[in-house]
Amino acid sequence: MSGVASLVPLPVILPLCAAGLKLAIGARLERVQRFISAAVLLAVLIVSLLLLIAADRHGPQVMFAGGWAPPVGIVLVADRLSALMLVISSSVTLCVLVYSVGQGMADNDDTTPLSVFHPSYLVLVAGVSDTFLAGDLFNLYVGFELMLTASYVLMTIGGTLARIRAGATYAIVSLLSSMLFLAAVAMVYAATGTVTMAQLPARLDALPSSVAMVIQVALLGVFAIKAAVFPLAAWLPDSYPTAPAPVTAVFAGLLTKVGVYAALRTQTLLFPGTGIDTVLMVVALLSLLVGILGAVAQTDLKRLLSFTLVSHMGYMFFGIGLASPDGISGAVFYVAHHITVQTTLFLVAGLVERRSGTTDLQSLGGLVRLSPLLAVLFLVPALNLAGIPPLSGFLGKFGLMRAGVDDGGVLAYVLVAGSTVTSLLTLYALAKAWNLAFWRAATPEMCAAGTVLESTEEDASDGVPDAAARGTPTGGVGDWPAGGLGLLAPRRVTATFGGQEITTTSSLPVSMAGATTALVLFGLAFTVLAGPLFALTDRAAGELLARTPYVEAVIGG
Amino acid sequence: MTGTVALVGCGGVLFSCGTALLLARPLTRILLGAVLIGNGVNLLVLATSGPQGNAALLYPGTARETIADPLPQAFILTAIVITLALTAFLATMAYRAWQHSGNDDVPDDIEDIRVVRRATYAEERERLRAAYRKRRHEYRALAHDEEEREARERSAYERLGTARDRYRGLRRRARADARVFRARQARAEETAEEIVGEDDPWQTILGADR
Repeated sequence: MSGVASLVPLPVILPLCAAGLKLAIGARLERVQRFISAAVLLAVLIVSLLLLIAADRHGPQVMFAGGWAPPVGIVLVADRLSALMLVISSSVTLCVLVYSVGQGMADNDDTTPLSVFHPSYLVLVAGVSDTFLAGDLFNLYVGFELMLTASYVLMTIGGTLARIRAGATYAIVSLLSSMLFLAAVAMVYAATGTVTMAQLPARLDALPSSVAMVIQVALLGVFAIKAAVFPLAAWLPDSYPTAPAPVTAVFAGLLTKVGVYAALRTQTLLFPGTGIDTVLMVVALLSLLVGILGAVAQTDLKRLLSFTLVSHMGYMFFGIGLASPDGISGAVFYVAHHITVQTTLFLVAGLVERRSGTTDLQSLGGLVRLSPLLAVLFLVPALNLAGIPPLSGFLGKFGLMRAGVDDGGVLAYVLVAGSTVTSLLTLYALAKAWNLAFWRAATPEMCAAGTVLESTEEDASDGVPDAAARGTPTGGVGDWPAGGLGLLAPRRVTATFGGQEITTTSSLPVSMAGATTALVLFGLAFTVLAGPLFALTDRAAGELLARTPYVEAVIGG
Repeated sequence: MTGTVALVGCGGVLFSCGTALLLARPLTRILLGAVLIGNGVNLLVLATSGPQGNAALLYPGTARETIADPLPQAFILTAIVITLALTAFLATMAYRAWQHSGNDDVPDDIEDIRVVRRATYAEERERLRAAYRKRRHEYRALAHDEEEREARERSAYERLGTARDRYRGLRRRARADARVFRARQARAEETAEEIVGEDDPWQTILGADR
């Protein structure tokens, strides 16, 4: 075992240890807590980068937990795909952490005996890392559960009625998918006598194709629920928008992609070249079209973004369904691009909420004049998501479409057409949001000097998501605090969102805006570094489709 | 693999009962459904371990055929812990929902209903929008007539040329006078107010805090 391979468990262990430490510290020493979170996530990022370099140069890095060899022990594997996903996820989680500190998420925990947000967030990060590194199906299940349990807590943080409602939908659907996953793992074990992914290819190939098909459908069904592709996506737009902005951002960016990663892994390593590919492509097409049509109908920014998320899952499943090196490579590139861009857009939605107390497009307006920085931060990732040429969204879509044309099948061509239509409709939906929230003249409420909505008692108690829109504007020079200094100081008034009060300010907090800017720049880096990145994803796709490097690294090692 | 039919059958029954409960609205029933399904799945996992055997102790001389497969048992132990945590969480959520609204039903999404309702009222909205557009069109036509009339009058004004310029000069001067007068008046009122304020002892003591 080389030196780097012993780093493999760190992305899981470090956040878990830090979470325990934070619970031990409790609600005290806020600065220390923030420092621990940031330092741990930074360490995870560095470890992931080292793993990526090692995996790219020397092949998959393998670590047997406790020194137990595969069929008995737990094995952690970092190949190019896992390491790339780890790098992206740890960069994104670090930025979101900085953002959430700015939002004062930790401050809201004052009312609770324990600081809930930071430990849960770290457990979530550990779960995500564990799913990326898991070398056997049961460990994958445990990783999912770590991540999901933390996500239930984050989803219902504050315990307001709206969040309980959204959290109930989310928790029940996730719970059911977990049970199905466990049943599928049981099926795999019953059929093959192992759950180690490196041993499975040979044993699954020996199975009758009908049995293998049942197992494949069960596993893919579970991952499709997690990834929220069309027929199994109804839970996502109902539950995501109600959570606090950083939570929604990290869920939208990472949690769904974990499903895509798992589907990618099983499709390439365990079940290559089966008839399910066609089904996956049909699902991808439906997801693309239905999702984006849903997005067009929405009048709330966060819900609109949730529907585009469902829609763009179709691109990744398109690549997986093609199962060609170019298709897989395109899908991996698109996953990397989409994690960053979707997270950024949700963070911007959080900034909009912070600026104006609502994300309802009907009551927003004139933000381009009121907050030009916010407008730029929205416009760049929005154009990137829609796939405007020089940006990475275009490159990812172009890579997938070229792979589709190379495939040459009728369904592939239909999907290429569907992708184009979806891309245009995404542009339409986001342009609509841009026109309503940013470009049109500001409504009187938005223009009022402090530009914030005052919370009312009923809003705080009834917890309707769009309750903040009914707030009354506070305006007029008479409202300024005495001394005239109020003209310079940012005004802070509260508004309610998801039944919980949020503080709105006329100037954006530095760390929130800074984290969002960093993510926008990170998204643009994909454009600049598209050449090396595509080369890397090509190598990753080659490694995935060859299967032997992974299998030999685990069993031969 | 040889399995036990009883385990599989029992797991199946638990799974189906759990599914039925999961389809209900109250969170407590859903919770019970999740517990049943969790136990059902655990039995199914146990069924994969083959026939029963001795405890899996690693000491020399143990024939592998005589011991039970320990791996599914390890799976189940992990799964039980996870299900326990989720059960506790769902129970908390049900209690919280009851605290908020007096029941623990999972309600529909309000935003969904709103979007659906928008679709229902689409026809009505389209009709209103058409009426609005028509009225705006009429108004614009009216404004257009107005413009033409103004253009005719403008040519008449041009003939008045010099008279108009003189009039404007006078008007400008008059307005400037009026402004100066108003400013003086305002200043006078302010001073009057200040004097009134000085008379009032509370005003002198408390000032703006009053």
